[in-house]
Amino acid sequence: MSEQATNPMRDAIQSAISENPLILFMKGTPDAPACGFSARSVAILQSVGKPFAAVDILPDPRIRQELSSLSNWPTIPQLFVDGELLGGCDIISEMYESGELHESLGVESPSDGAAAPEAQAVQSAPMSIENRL
Amino acid sequence: MSPDELKGRIEAGIPGASAIVTGDGHHFNAVVSAPAFQGLNRIAQHRLVYDVFGAELGDRIHALSIQTQTSTTEDSP
Repeated sequence: MSEQATNPMRDAIQSAISENPLILFMKGTPDAPACGFSARSVAILQSVGKPFAAVDILPDPRIRQELSSLSNWPTIPQLFVDGELLGGCDIISEMYESGELHESLGVESPSDGAAAPEAQAVQSAPMSIENRL
Repeated sequence: MSPDELKGRIEAGIPGASAIVTGDGHHFNAVVSAPAFQGLNRIAQHRLVYDVFGAELGDRIHALSIQTQTSTTEDSP
């Protein structure tokens, strides 16, 4: 058994993932994404209309380091659903286009309903992992 | 880093894979099909491709978009 070193950053990330049914780790914030892939992921989630938590990984390089080592996924953004990594921007986009994303998030697909989904206010304040330490 | 170099690395790194790679030297898009993807979910398929490049991702390769397809030997013309 290897000794488990205390790692508050990793713990904070793990708690954020566990506590939020839908959480996006991204570059920048939903209001001001700092990367095209993060921007696209936010736009897709907002279009699906399910509220999500967002964590900006840019303020502290350790966030990305710990996140990637925890998720075994090298790139940002990363979307977690019910504690599981769903994917990055490519997978989110693919699933959105095929309708699987709606299914995964428990939202009715637009093609299933007569009414087009209205833009919803899904904005919540971005979480700050680094401030929890 | 050229698209051709990425294509070569992917095809050498994943048995039976064929890749179509486009890009500008920093940002790349790869469409990869491989029999090895059979039975794997998208996450696992993308991880196989990421694993080819390891720490070069985010370093020499600024961004890599991936689309994966499962190929079977029957697909060969």
